[in-house]
Amino acid sequence: MPDGAAKEERRVETLEVNIGPHHPSTHGVFRAVVELDGEIVTDVVPHLGYLHRGYEKTCENKHYHNVIPLAERCDYMAASGNSVAYCLAVERLAGIEVPERAQTVRVIMAELSRIFSHLFWLGTHAHDVGAMTPLFYCLREREEIMNMFELTAGGRLMPNYVRIGGLARDLEDGFLERIRAFTETFDRRVDDYEALLTKNPIYIDRTKGIGILPTEDAVALGASGPVIRGSGVAWDIRKSEPYSGYDKYDFDIAVEDGCDVYSRYLVRIREMRESNRILRQAVDTIEETPIRAVKHSLVFPPQHEIYDKTASLIHHFMLVVEGMKIAPGEIYHAIESPRGEMGVYIVSDGGPQPYRLKWRGPAFVNLEALALMSRGAFLSDFIAILSSVDIVLAEVDR
Amino acid sequence: MNQESIGEKLLATFGEETIEETVLFQDQVSVTVSAEAIVAVCRFLKEDSELAFDFLSFVGGVDRYPATPRFELIYQLYSLKHNHRFRVKARVDESEENPASIDSVVEVWPTANWHERETAEMFGITFNNHPDPRKLLLPEHWTAHPLRKDFPLEGTDEDTPDLPREQG
Repeated sequence: MPDGAAKEERRVETLEVNIGPHHPSTHGVFRAVVELDGEIVTDVVPHLGYLHRGYEKTCENKHYHNVIPLAERCDYMAASGNSVAYCLAVERLAGIEVPERAQTVRVIMAELSRIFSHLFWLGTHAHDVGAMTPLFYCLREREEIMNMFELTAGGRLMPNYVRIGGLARDLEDGFLERIRAFTETFDRRVDDYEALLTKNPIYIDRTKGIGILPTEDAVALGASGPVIRGSGVAWDIRKSEPYSGYDKYDFDIAVEDGCDVYSRYLVRIREMRESNRILRQAVDTIEETPIRAVKHSLVFPPQHEIYDKTASLIHHFMLVVEGMKIAPGEIYHAIESPRGEMGVYIVSDGGPQPYRLKWRGPAFVNLEALALMSRGAFLSDFIAILSSVDIVLAEVDR
Repeated sequence: MNQESIGEKLLATFGEETIEETVLFQDQVSVTVSAEAIVAVCRFLKEDSELAFDFLSFVGGVDRYPATPRFELIYQLYSLKHNHRFRVKARVDESEENPASIDSVVEVWPTANWHERETAEMFGITFNNHPDPRKLLLPEHWTAHPLRKDFPLEGTDEDTPDLPREQG
């Protein structure tokens, strides 16, 4: 065959590559069909649902109190934050006031969860772009947070510690001292992670200018959390609609306007420092008040009362057997989870189970922006972009 | 603007023909609008400078079986500019000859795409003019709609005739 003919017959069609459902970068079971022109991504079609467990249907068939462990399994990387979101929604629906101390402890648990989640994100994200070392350092601090969860709540990954109306039990002795010790060293630990990545030329090459998500697209696609703050929108629900006493704490919203993977990295790094600041203030200002509201037909009475007060025993029994009854109505309550706007929408029909419970998972919505961010990028950058979204598949598929 | 005055503004703009019901519960207002007007109302909520609902939190459904109209669609909105929230609802019914359907709001808020795909497969509601009406979380061959109230939570094969069997 003459040379000219061979050139004309050069193949020009695009190639479809299947990434996932089992791929190390997906951190779960996520499948994306990536259309490639050479090495350039021309389109991404995500296929979800491998982890769909019929979450909302299950919640609709459980008593209000029994949903809490399920809520934590929705976003298992920030389990406490999720149960706080759910309990706040139910409390607002039923009109329950939570005591000061319980609110502060909820903030502590939620901020520990945020650091916990961002640490694991940082380690695996760095690993995805080829930096092996940060993961080991991140897991060291994450282990300490898990030990603290274990000390006071029993559970390590799923503390299952927040209850409707307050907390399951009071803090364990020595918990606050351990947090104080943790907060004193943690800022230096973050310096260590930054020393490995922030000015590392390889890391910057892999992330700067990659995965551009312009501000207006971020808003239009409903992105929230570090994804929208990395695109220049200073929006944090802890500031804009404070819940659980967040208005008492002095902290800043981390925001960057690079709109790229690197900006999202910087936002999360700064958020860890801000969370540390909140933790320090919370530990210093925590008050000695009861840890659970007193509201007989809605909130469980304290454990010790069940043993020596007949009325409390009866209330406890009725709550377990019949569940709490909330007046018909509907509520939407959102909190700032490590991934963004974590919202719970509950419809009550007056029965002991939520008539409808909808989770607005931020990871699910943020993932919608993946295709837009990836078009025009190299296939290897697609991995960095996917990891910069910080997906938790349990929350995406529900 | 507080939620009640947003509701009043909607009523003043669209009239009682379109705004069917306004409910205030625990400081949150839900406004039910007629299903035909959903895109017009959403566009107004987004484009009016006093309201500026540029952020859609989610689109969801509620099955009120056996009441009629059977389905409620929920549009939970937020304004980044004014920091206020609002909820719009629309009711749709289904019958043998008319399956439940409503116009898609993807052209107003692109994020509605996945929310509407999820609501469509979970409740069996068709979103007209949806740019990508495939299933999202469920397998393609499923014909059942799990979040409907008459879909059983558990049971034998005889109890769940709608449930897809394993494909041989």
